Amino acid sequence: MAEPMGFFTDTTVCIGCKACEVACKQWNQLPAAEGGQNTLSGDSYDNTRRLDGINWRHVRFVEQFDEARTEGRWLMMSDVCKHCVQAGCLEVCPTNAIIRTEFDTVVIQSDVCNGCKACIGACPFGVIEMNPVSKTAQKCTLCYDRLQAGLEPACSKACPTDSIHFGPIKELRQRAEQRVAQLHAGGEKRAFLYGADEKMLGGLNAFFLLVDRPEVYHLPPDPQLPSRNMPMAGLFSVLGALAAAVIALVNFRRRIE
Amino acid sequence: MIDAPSSTWFTAGPEWHWLIVAYFFFGGLAGGCYLLAALIDLLGRERDRPLARVGYLTVLPCAALGGLALIFDLARPDRFWHLMVEVHTWRPLLQWWTPMNMGAWMLLAFSFFAFLSALAAATEAGWLRWRGLLKLRPPGALGTVIVVIGALLGLYIASYEGMLLAFTSRPVWADTPLIGAVLALTALSMAAAYLVLFARWRGWDLPGLAALRRIDAQALMVALVALAALVVSLGGAAQALLSPLNLAMLAGVLAIGYAAPLALRFTDGWPRGRSVATAAVLALAGGFLVRMLIVFSPYGAHA
Repeated sequence: MAEPMGFFTDTTVCIGCKACEVACKQWNQLPAAEGGQNTLSGDSYDNTRRLDGINWRHVRFVEQFDEARTEGRWLMMSDVCKHCVQAGCLEVCPTNAIIRTEFDTVVIQSDVCNGCKACIGACPFGVIEMNPVSKTAQKCTLCYDRLQAGLEPACSKACPTDSIHFGPIKELRQRAEQRVAQLHAGGEKRAFLYGADEKMLGGLNAFFLLVDRPEVYHLPPDPQLPSRNMPMAGLFSVLGALAAAVIALVNFRRRIE
Repeated sequence: MIDAPSSTWFTAGPEWHWLIVAYFFFGGLAGGCYLLAALIDLLGRERDRPLARVGYLTVLPCAALGGLALIFDLARPDRFWHLMVEVHTWRPLLQWWTPMNMGAWMLLAFSFFAFLSALAAATEAGWLRWRGLLKLRPPGALGTVIVVIGALLGLYIASYEGMLLAFTSRPVWADTPLIGAVLALTALSMAAAYLVLFARWRGWDLPGLAALRRIDAQALMVALVALAALVVSLGGAAQALLSPLNLAMLAGVLAIGYAAPLALRFTDGWPRGRSVATAAVLALAGGFLVRMLIVFSPYGAHA
């Protein structure tokens, strides 16, 4: 197996240019939304709004202004599939369409996916959605085709500020820790890494440097695997079925008597 | 909403809508009907056999409708077989840890036993002529084995949807383990109500009807307790139920699905025959509504 590869996204240097979004769309030949009709969000300078089946990179604009719009700040984050080491999508896929590659990334095989949509609800980050053209669930592949050819993913290649770093996870973690230390030394004490260690789903192969709570960036503070619900859900399903059986048995017990 | 009550608030909806509600409804009705039909066959009186026959004959179309709803809910219905066959190796695909994969296999197995029981029931009704098919139903050993296995599969089909929904990261679904219990109990209530309603329609006066009415009421009462426990178990995630649509559905479930049929069951305000039929219709409607509430409730939560 090749070395685990991934992204480290430093949100403090993202300028919201959306070059990554465009590069991703172009390389992966993703269709335009609504047939290319220009639709504005109406409440944000960001018109992509979210990751979905045709937007595998999304530069989120966090626009925080007071009522008078005299005080405010912008936060920008190029969001992407986290390629979790323990991936919820992978564990729920009932067709084996979702695989882990030799680069420790998570890829949906479009020729196998039957569009059951289980992975969409399973992803704790809301990354996956249907592609209306292929009618299969789709998301970032971390440019699996480019990685196999020894190339860098299109988004990080296109990033003009090096907000998106691509490389072996070990190196990315070292670089990220150095950057956090640099920011702390410079007075930005809020800087921290989101998903860089094993505590979050075994580690995110696409992790982030943030300067505010994860929720502000629309990231879950405590993402969990779907399987953590199964023991209790299974137990109560069995208990419910048992209760139903007992109610029915008790009322038809006459022949036994 | 920055201060979301649960990390599940940050997920995307799988767009499981009416076809999934339909599957839960028909799957629950089929599972419940098979259980009741089997118990009538095994423990009921000889005179109640027509009730069991109706049960078996209802299970097969309900299982078929549920299966079709599942297939057409897929974005690629032509690939439904990918749930059961490994595409690249053509080997059977069995993933015991995935409720959707196991559910597909169990539904197939349940449909097979439902088919066998429907053959026996159709023969007893005089629709088929080969009398050997009667052995597929109790009291014989083969028939007993078939209905016991079928009833267990029916219980699985009526309750496993709770695991199917829990095996996600969605608000409500992943925030409580009690959905399966509510579905199993309401499936029993719906099946009993359906058989009572059918008997009323045909004008049958059978001893098993009293038992079915008791089952309907008792299952409803236990399901009400389970639903209350479900709401409590949600904790802060119960906020999802406060959206106008979810509140309306919850009110509908409580009024139509529980309060009205239980009131009719325990009061003699209406002429007896009419109240029995009305209570049965309401229990069926309540079973549908509670499935609507469960399937649509996460859409009331946004981060």
